[in-house]
Amino acid sequence: MSQMLKQTPSQTVGPYFAYAWTPELYGRRPLATNRLASRGMAGEHIRIEGVVTDGEGAPIRDCVVEIWQAGANGRHAPGAAGFGRCGTDDEGHYFFDTVKPGVCDQGHAPHIAVTVFARGMLSHAFTRLHFSDEAAANAEDPVLASVPADRRDTLIAHRAEVPGGVVYRFDIRLQGEGETVFFDC
Amino acid sequence: MDTAVHEAEGDFGPRDWAQHPPYLSPLYRSTVLRSPSKPLIPMKQCLSVRTGPVFGHDSVDPLDNDLTKNGRVNGEPIGERIIVTGRVLDESGRPVPRTLLEIWQANACGRYVHRWDRHDAPLDPNFFGAGRCITDQEGRYRFTTIKPGAYPWGNHHNAWRPAHIHFSLFGPSFLTRLVTQMYFPGDPLLPLDPIYNGVPEGARELLISRFSIDVTEPLWALGYEFDIVLRGRQATPMEG
Repeated sequence: MSQMLKQTPSQTVGPYFAYAWTPELYGRRPLATNRLASRGMAGEHIRIEGVVTDGEGAPIRDCVVEIWQAGANGRHAPGAAGFGRCGTDDEGHYFFDTVKPGVCDQGHAPHIAVTVFARGMLSHAFTRLHFSDEAAANAEDPVLASVPADRRDTLIAHRAEVPGGVVYRFDIRLQGEGETVFFDC
Repeated sequence: MDTAVHEAEGDFGPRDWAQHPPYLSPLYRSTVLRSPSKPLIPMKQCLSVRTGPVFGHDSVDPLDNDLTKNGRVNGEPIGERIIVTGRVLDESGRPVPRTLLEIWQANACGRYVHRWDRHDAPLDPNFFGAGRCITDQEGRYRFTTIKPGAYPWGNHHNAWRPAHIHFSLFGPSFLTRLVTQMYFPGDPLLPLDPIYNGVPEGARELLISRFSIDVTEPLWALGYEFDIVLRGRQATPMEG
């Protein structure tokens, strides 16, 4: 493969992206939000939530989590319907209201692609979220199989049924104990 | 043909780590606790990442690419008016058409609208500092804005960020996502900046825009050109 041009290098989002990326906080129209599911959308409506922490376990408040997923039928809708963006709050917390995706890639378990940006990250990090109630499919998933067994659980969002709906817990640890698996893809 | 399927053809070339900063870059102190410490695990590209969001023109308001107008309250924003334009290309030099760019920046005094920014420099009531644009068929984008000011930060004693504009791009896939910063030629702060210098030597210069007298508009605004190269598809799709 002949490459004529070199990739433009990545840089951090810095601390002051919120007014551009989540401008609804500043009274402006956002490009994307953390609410992907509209009323009546096919599929199981779920919340995905978690905390992003650093190497000392401290919450990161200047972080953005982006997701990209198929719908319940396993297909990506045209446009940007399967895209979500959420900035973390002062406690490092993020959430998405969405639908549980179906199988998008044959042989893979249902999953969501996740990207993490933050102050202090000169390049973004890429991971993927799997669902705890898909144990059989997860056991056959080639990406999970490529991850050392003792780190696999960092890619599993844990399901809980709470008043008001279904919540999957997916914490993201950038470094240290329980460090989330990040991929080169 | 379904858009998502169409966009999913072929693998993308790898992220070129000779071009991108490593996660840990100790002179930029915030990386010390925020850098993944374990090696990245290679992952075969599948449909869920070869696809990506496609933003249409309804994602962009008419004034979104003119930061001298999209924040006006009662007058013109203060500062040096500039035009920033360029092309979004893939590694083979092919244009990336109809892709979304987002930019954000400090005002002429080096102050961000962001509510956490406590730098003792004035906000400009007529400057918000964020914009969006979708590239045309040739991959071209164009913003009109105000040249941002340098500002101090707490990384080390007497640390100042060189003037910069943040860029966020999507490209055709979730894998082509890129967030970067554009700098200005001849800025004396660049050699001192640990964020700029976090990029490998030989690659970081790609982040410096070029002054262009051809883009400059007489009696109106100085012009800068900044081309952006995203990951491209591999020439021969991988089988199986």
